[in-house]
Amino acid sequence: MNARDEILRRIRAGVKDVRRGAPVDVPWRYGQPTPMVDVVGRFVERVEDYKARVERVATPDDVPAMVVTVLADAGVTSVVVPTGVEDTWRQAVAAAGMRVVVDDPPVGKAELNEIGAVVTTASVGVAETGTLVLSHGPGQGRRVLTLLPDVHACVIRADDVVSDVPEAIARLRPAIDERRPLTWISGGSATSDIELARVEGVHGPRTLLVIVVG
Amino acid sequence: MNATTTRVTSRDAARLTPAPPPGLLEDSPVFPIAAKRELANSQLRNNLARATETIRTKRAIRVAEVPRWEDLRTAAEAIKNATLRHLDDYLLQAEANLIKAGAHVHWARDAAQADQIVVDLVKASGVDEIVKVKSMVTQEIEMNEALEAAGVAAWETDLAELIVQLGHDRPSHVLVPAIHRNRAEIRDIFVEEMGRYGTPAPDGLTDDPAELTAAARQHLRDKFLRARTSTSGGNFLVADTGTLVVVESEGNGRMCVTLPDTLISVVGIEKVVPTFEDLEVFMQLLPRSSTGERMNPYTSMWTGVTPGDGPQNVHVVLVDNGRTKALADPIGRQALRCIRCSACMNVCPIYGHVGGHAYGSVYPGPIGIILTPQLRGMSAPVDRSLPYASTLCGACVDVCPVKINFPEVIVHLRHKAADLKKADRRPHMETLVMGVVGWLFGRESRYTWVTTASGLVGRVLKAGLDGRQKFFGWLPWPATRWSQARDLPIPASQPFRRQWKKRSSSPGRTPEGLSSHDRDTEVRP
Amino acid sequence: MNQPGKGMRVGLFATCVNDIMFPSAPKAVATILERLGCEVIFPTAQTCCGQMFTNTGYFSAGLATVRTYVEAFDGFDYVVSPSASCIGSVREQHPMLAEQGTGSTHASRHDRALLQRARRLAERSYDLSEFLIDILGVVDVGAVFPHKVTYHPTCHSLRVAHVGDRPLRLLRAVRGLQLIDLPDAYTCCGFGGTFCVKNPDVSVAMASAKAHNIIATGADYVVAGDNACLMNFGGLLHRDRASVKPIHLAEILAESRTS
Repeated sequence: MNARDEILRRIRAGVKDVRRGAPVDVPWRYGQPTPMVDVVGRFVERVEDYKARVERVATPDDVPAMVVTVLADAGVTSVVVPTGVEDTWRQAVAAAGMRVVVDDPPVGKAELNEIGAVVTTASVGVAETGTLVLSHGPGQGRRVLTLLPDVHACVIRADDVVSDVPEAIARLRPAIDERRPLTWISGGSATSDIELARVEGVHGPRTLLVIVVG
Repeated sequence: MNATTTRVTSRDAARLTPAPPPGLLEDSPVFPIAAKRELANSQLRNNLARATETIRTKRAIRVAEVPRWEDLRTAAEAIKNATLRHLDDYLLQAEANLIKAGAHVHWARDAAQADQIVVDLVKASGVDEIVKVKSMVTQEIEMNEALEAAGVAAWETDLAELIVQLGHDRPSHVLVPAIHRNRAEIRDIFVEEMGRYGTPAPDGLTDDPAELTAAARQHLRDKFLRARTSTSGGNFLVADTGTLVVVESEGNGRMCVTLPDTLISVVGIEKVVPTFEDLEVFMQLLPRSSTGERMNPYTSMWTGVTPGDGPQNVHVVLVDNGRTKALADPIGRQALRCIRCSACMNVCPIYGHVGGHAYGSVYPGPIGIILTPQLRGMSAPVDRSLPYASTLCGACVDVCPVKINFPEVIVHLRHKAADLKKADRRPHMETLVMGVVGWLFGRESRYTWVTTASGLVGRVLKAGLDGRQKFFGWLPWPATRWSQARDLPIPASQPFRRQWKKRSSSPGRTPEGLSSHDRDTEVRP
Repeated sequence: MNQPGKGMRVGLFATCVNDIMFPSAPKAVATILERLGCEVIFPTAQTCCGQMFTNTGYFSAGLATVRTYVEAFDGFDYVVSPSASCIGSVREQHPMLAEQGTGSTHASRHDRALLQRARRLAERSYDLSEFLIDILGVVDVGAVFPHKVTYHPTCHSLRVAHVGDRPLRLLRAVRGLQLIDLPDAYTCCGFGGTFCVKNPDVSVAMASAKAHNIIATGADYVVAGDNACLMNFGGLLHRDRASVKPIHLAEILAESRTS
């Protein structure tokens, strides 16, 4: 018997006693929001808790200038952007004197490792946990883009910020059905492996900059 | 590196990666002996006490923020129970969805088969080194050593696992494997060992955690960038989509699941959850239970191959390795609900004193003592000793996000261990004592022999009227186990039942043997 | 004094540890309950709750004590004990053991009846603090104890019997008693039944940590609802010549002197 059949046989033999029992009731209502007064306010507060910089702008027109500001403040000189990012953002960054590389054709790992920052959008923001979720479509690009550069500037629409994980999961279902990868980002990379002292910045971007639009 | 290097156990011989301590975990000394060894290390106890206290406090704060915490735990327990009873169906569903998404699925009965599959896949990818994401199941199957024997270097990339690997050491915690090391020890390990296996530690490295972390980033960067093959575990495998989930903090996981061409994920069969939506329960429970954060810095979810993004050669190895044995045990199977958060070990007073190395098991603490004897069986002495490494205090029950009833499983496994001892030809002190005392206590008529004898001892030793007044400071073996550090009160010269009998037979009088406050009692029958 | 227990017939479950080593605890229970009007009876057929055997894996010895418990107490409306741990065992383990006995192929009708009786009796079995507060509705038992006291909540009282803060509420009502918080109170003292001899080194390390915290309170007495735990760290405190004395909750509640 091959391993697959043998494991399946062992499972079926092992659970015989409960198999025919009544189905297990999962006492949980999926996809429900978590009540909170100010979802975007909570999101900002919770992302800042991770020592990330968060800026709010009123309209999409304000984004290019704010992108330039946060990147310049972080001392960035070179930026990579995925395809699908607004042309105006790219132009503003270039106009500010930073070198801009578009990931088309795909940039190699070694080159990416030398680029200072990446600018992307995000698909969903989770207020309660201060999390950004990227589903790596247009404007978000390949996973590696937000991994090797040391600064990640991420622009999210206020409408895309939800209260908590269940709402986020519900919004991400279509992306999962399209088999797109998801990256959940809560602050910059961090470790507590040495005496449980938190150190910000290990392998992923050490600086996270978030711009909330609207 | 030379791909034909044969496995050598000597620490200094030509190995590709730092050699772990010699010997197999199953051959570890029994828990009481190993615990005594660890207790002697006061540095370890200080490190542990500080670390577990910190993490307990963080967890408590983050859990208290969630009003529906108990509902989440109940839901998680139910989801896991529902999954386990139809585990075959969900695994087949996951397999079908993984294949549809371009992944290759492999099944492994045991550690040896899982290792062989991984070695063959790594070899076929044409490399002699891999980077790996921290994963408990790859520890369990000792994958690194199997790869080393096959001439492949497996580089740990989680900071704590790196500390453990470079330190020729074993992990001592599920979440923070180097919890037993302090910053000074880590600095020394980095300075001594990093250069032998890649980018050396920077000159003048201090023991500042930020500097140590930066050194690890530098040491591993080059390994990440050149890696063509990697391995990971999986926190969850979603059946209805074929999605794998890796929950992490440092970004090393993202590096490993994104940068190489070939990704091999080794996943225990109990990791499957039915739907993507089920993740909304577990993604709330796991980070808060484990690191005490609202959310861990990074979670990667991927479904097979994503064209143009990340590894294009994706494999998933589904591992049994004793899990179906546990599943067949109606009481023991609840251990398979575990999501490896480590909250149980962080609150366990025994783990807090002795640390993970005392357990002779990849899984230490409360989960280890119920899971390992089920996965490995109870033929090794260490595995029979593990269920006794508990006072049944139940602190783990309160924090477990999937509501494992630890004492229930512990007592059940002790029953199994006791039956093994009874069946053993060699007489056991425990079996003898339990047999005799059990016989005496099983009937009142025999039990009163005990109280008569204890009363006699008390009177002979002039315990006086109050049993608390006098103590044994020394007791003969095997009672030295008590008396090595503790005095024992001398038994009451008048056992309670004797006092009661006298009292009942002489109503209205102050009975002999009652202590002072009883004499002040106004109401007497 | 008010006698809410009038007309109640209570079976006193002393437990083996108290019977043999610490008779003053069950005596104090009788004193308190009689003062509150209960008729207290000590059925001599009782032996032990059996957790020593059950928790070590010797279920058949445990089952024998389930029989002695059921035979001793079946006729009582209430069973009260100065040990939340033993009461916890009665509630959690006795039905389990009786069921295991029933599950065997040799199960008799007698065994099946035992399961029913054990289950019903478990529901009528109380730790002293539960009985006083939940059944008699008394928090102030009229006790006087003018000393500094720190309270160790035992693991089984919290997590098996679930007595919660009842012992603390009773202590707070004692006249003259000054209650001092015990640091790290909820951590196990390392007794654990046979754990203390099967894993003596870890047990002593845990008891030492507990003793250290107790001494740090500066209390005159350390009180708990279970003499097994008191015996564990008490034995260590005695060896170390610490001045703080272990005392059972019942003994404090029975104190009515004003000295």
